[in-house]
Amino acid sequence: MSRKLLLENAHIEGINTYDVYRKNGGYRSVEKALKSMSPDDILEEVKKSGLRGRGGAGFPTGMKWSFLAKPDGVPRHLVCNADESEPGTFKDRYLMEKIPHLLIEGMIVSSFALGANQSYIYIRGEYMYVLQILEKAIKEAYDNGWLGKNIQGSGFDFDLAVTPGAGAYICGEETALIESLEGNRGNPRMKPPFPAVKGLWQRPTVVNNVETIAAVVPIVNDGGDEYAKIGIGRSTGTKLISASGNINKPGVYEIDLGLSVEEFIYGDDYCGGIKNGKKLKACVPGGSSVPILPHYLVCKTAEGNDRLMTYESLSEGGFETGSMLGSGGFIVYDEDQCIVRNTWNFARFYHHESCGQCSPCREGTGWMKKVLHNLEHGKGKQEDIDLLWDIQSKIEGNTICPLGDAAAWPVAAAIRHFREEFEWHVKEPSLSQEKNYGLVTEKQFETETA
Amino acid sequence: MADENKIKVTIDGKSVEVDPGTTILDAARQVGGDVVPPAMCYYSSLEGSGGKCRTCLVQVTKGSERDPRPMPKLVPSCSTAVMDGMEVSNKTSDRVLEARKGVVELLLINHPLDCPVCDQAGECHLQDLAFEHGVSQSRYDFKRREFDKVDIGEYIKLHMTRCILCYRCVYTANQLTENREHGVLKRGDAAEIGTFIEKNLKNDFIGNVIDVCPVGALTDKTFRFRSRVWYTKPMDAHRNCEKCSGKSVLWMVGDEVTRVTARKDEYGEVKEFICNDCRFDSKDVSKWTIEGPRKIKRHSVISANHYSKEIPKHTTLLNKA
Amino acid sequence: MEENNNIAFPQSLLDEVKRITDMFPEGKQKSALLRVLHLAQSHWGYLSVDIMDYVARLLHLQPIEVYEVATFYSMYDTEKVGKVKLEVCRTGPCMIEGAERIISYIENKLGIKDGETTEDGIFTLKSVECLGACGYAPMLQAGEKFHEHLTEEKVDALIEEYRKKPVANYMGLENE
Repeated sequence: MSRKLLLENAHIEGINTYDVYRKNGGYRSVEKALKSMSPDDILEEVKKSGLRGRGGAGFPTGMKWSFLAKPDGVPRHLVCNADESEPGTFKDRYLMEKIPHLLIEGMIVSSFALGANQSYIYIRGEYMYVLQILEKAIKEAYDNGWLGKNIQGSGFDFDLAVTPGAGAYICGEETALIESLEGNRGNPRMKPPFPAVKGLWQRPTVVNNVETIAAVVPIVNDGGDEYAKIGIGRSTGTKLISASGNINKPGVYEIDLGLSVEEFIYGDDYCGGIKNGKKLKACVPGGSSVPILPHYLVCKTAEGNDRLMTYESLSEGGFETGSMLGSGGFIVYDEDQCIVRNTWNFARFYHHESCGQCSPCREGTGWMKKVLHNLEHGKGKQEDIDLLWDIQSKIEGNTICPLGDAAAWPVAAAIRHFREEFEWHVKEPSLSQEKNYGLVTEKQFETETA
Repeated sequence: MADENKIKVTIDGKSVEVDPGTTILDAARQVGGDVVPPAMCYYSSLEGSGGKCRTCLVQVTKGSERDPRPMPKLVPSCSTAVMDGMEVSNKTSDRVLEARKGVVELLLINHPLDCPVCDQAGECHLQDLAFEHGVSQSRYDFKRREFDKVDIGEYIKLHMTRCILCYRCVYTANQLTENREHGVLKRGDAAEIGTFIEKNLKNDFIGNVIDVCPVGALTDKTFRFRSRVWYTKPMDAHRNCEKCSGKSVLWMVGDEVTRVTARKDEYGEVKEFICNDCRFDSKDVSKWTIEGPRKIKRHSVISANHYSKEIPKHTTLLNKA
Repeated sequence: MEENNNIAFPQSLLDEVKRITDMFPEGKQKSALLRVLHLAQSHWGYLSVDIMDYVARLLHLQPIEVYEVATFYSMYDTEKVGKVKLEVCRTGPCMIEGAERIISYIENKLGIKDGETTEDGIFTLKSVECLGACGYAPMLQAGEKFHEHLTEEKVDALIEEYRKKPVANYMGLENE
């Protein structure tokens, strides 16, 4: 059973209220930080913890913080990315809804470390009811002296506000988020300059995911070294995984990084196996953007190693035979699911969410969607499969922001691993309308070492 | 002797010394000729422009003297600053040419290819780009995006179907005029330039959006369908104007001024914007002091009719399209 | 520009606008735009040109700046919609758990297609992209409320409920 650093108290009745949260040890990290630590001490602990960005990119948080420019007289900001929109991901909503004060506590400590006196939580507009939960908690925090002027007599002034988006996946990209927070269209900015130098209102800004900011609380409470004891190698600490799809127990799980994928899917403490006694066909382990893995690459890597829930193990084999931990949006597909339909569904998503600013993504995502629609609906041609491959290759790496890559990767991986299923859709246009291709026949993966 | 403040960059094997902060594209323009990447959205005088069309992507094979590692991704040359000792491949990189071919194909999938009836034909950057970097056959066999034509004000026709969303007109209206009334609406491939409600763009300088448009999306209603540009004779001319420099180009047919535009450089950029009075309301040749024939440097079909003996190769594009 | 003076927030909402703009530093009131648009949409049901122009005046913006934003984000309606928007998630995890079945069930039940509004003006059906409830699929959102683990019976019940009391709004606001 994994440890719980974030969700330990999630099931306590009333933990969303200040009194219960405080009684259960809440705001200790703020007391500790303000009384006995300097901003640099906190940065040092975060560095020692090995914490990496939990939104998807996995960039070391301590390093990101250390890039923050600190020119004299210019205010700095911490912005919490609560725009959770990656299909398959719903962990941040769970955390904010259950324990809103944990995020607020993390925002205070992190802002203190970064020297920010005014920070924002940018939450997706569809989570408006969560916004209200957060605002209620923020008010309680103000009323109890954890926010506002001279917090707990420390001399540290800090204001926190939450502000909504209005329906745009792209605003999960940090520069698009900043644009949106400024009241503009969510068009990503050209980088450089990076937000650490010119972010919100052209001021130095750090943008961190909800879970990342929450993880700073146990890191400050127990020390970075303690946090780093959990996990393997450069994947330290715990991670919230959103589990969905054809499993017995979908939901949010806090796992120790390093847990085996097999245990996560089949273990009774986690997903509890595939629903209805079916077989596993495929898995998208890190949100819709990351490459889909066929069943024979889910629990074992191509090298025959156990696949683990770590940044490194999930990407072992690169895009040829691996995937990514991403946001931890873990989607499981059973033998009845159609990969072509799923790929079309994702392509439709990325087309819908492209901001339209740069041409490869604006035009390419729509084209892929249309070609996939034809393939799925019995109107595909053999050459469409190669065409799709070519279009995705023209988008990947050539766009302003990673949405282009995120649109290209699922298409590439589906063709790479399930080409036969695409071809079957072309060869059997009417049959493919009636039934699904089913489980790909047991295929021995060939490697040079095998 | 080399200027100590200058930094050296090498593009397709040709070196040039430029000021720090110069972009790769501007450095390439200082070299000139073949090493200059095409640019559809970048416009040097418009703040914030660039980075969107992705036609100017180049490969940085050496980051700098201090950090010689190559850059993993292709970078937009219009918005990437040079570093001392940087080495860049443009036309010499197969990766660049392949990516550019892809961008051109993507820019064209929703373009109507109505060059035979488009006023921009002959001075269209997309036409030039497609000719130089594209392929003759499109693999796109779906319905193309279409919009209704709209009048935005007395003088300007917006034909959104042709637009490639370079945003230049929006930046122009934003930076050149006091009130912005048009912008980018919706998103993704449904995004469009518009005013949302039919609104007249009346500002004194709004006509410049026609000149910055790289395609035929914004055209001059006072010139529409009057003549193909290659049948007109461009003359440099100026007049005393209270609002602008008055330095313009008159596009003549015989003694008739069919069109007035600002003067563009060899990369199609206007350096001195002109006012609406000069552009739309001064079509009487007696109002102007003629300086002489305009030198058309660009290898454009405009030059085919009057100023060049070369075979006008771009006209073949119309047949292909 | 012509101003439609009939359009104005009541004092309670003007106070809310003030609270929202005060979250941001002096001169950065544009940051309040998205939330004020949510407020306006909750209050009036959708964002007409007059309403957007009013929001522009409130926040000292050019109207085009408001149009640009209102047409970018998928939650804003610039055309009239039903009192209750049933927004059914259609993305990946919801799809494999039966979102398409739920959408066509609602279509048949209400006699409308995806994107349409019932004749009585109560319901609009809209399939939307991932709402972050993948583990509780299939799901729909009505106003700010998430309805999860949908079955046909649950859909029947919630449609009945909203038919009786067609209120599904943001921030606890009631339709005007």
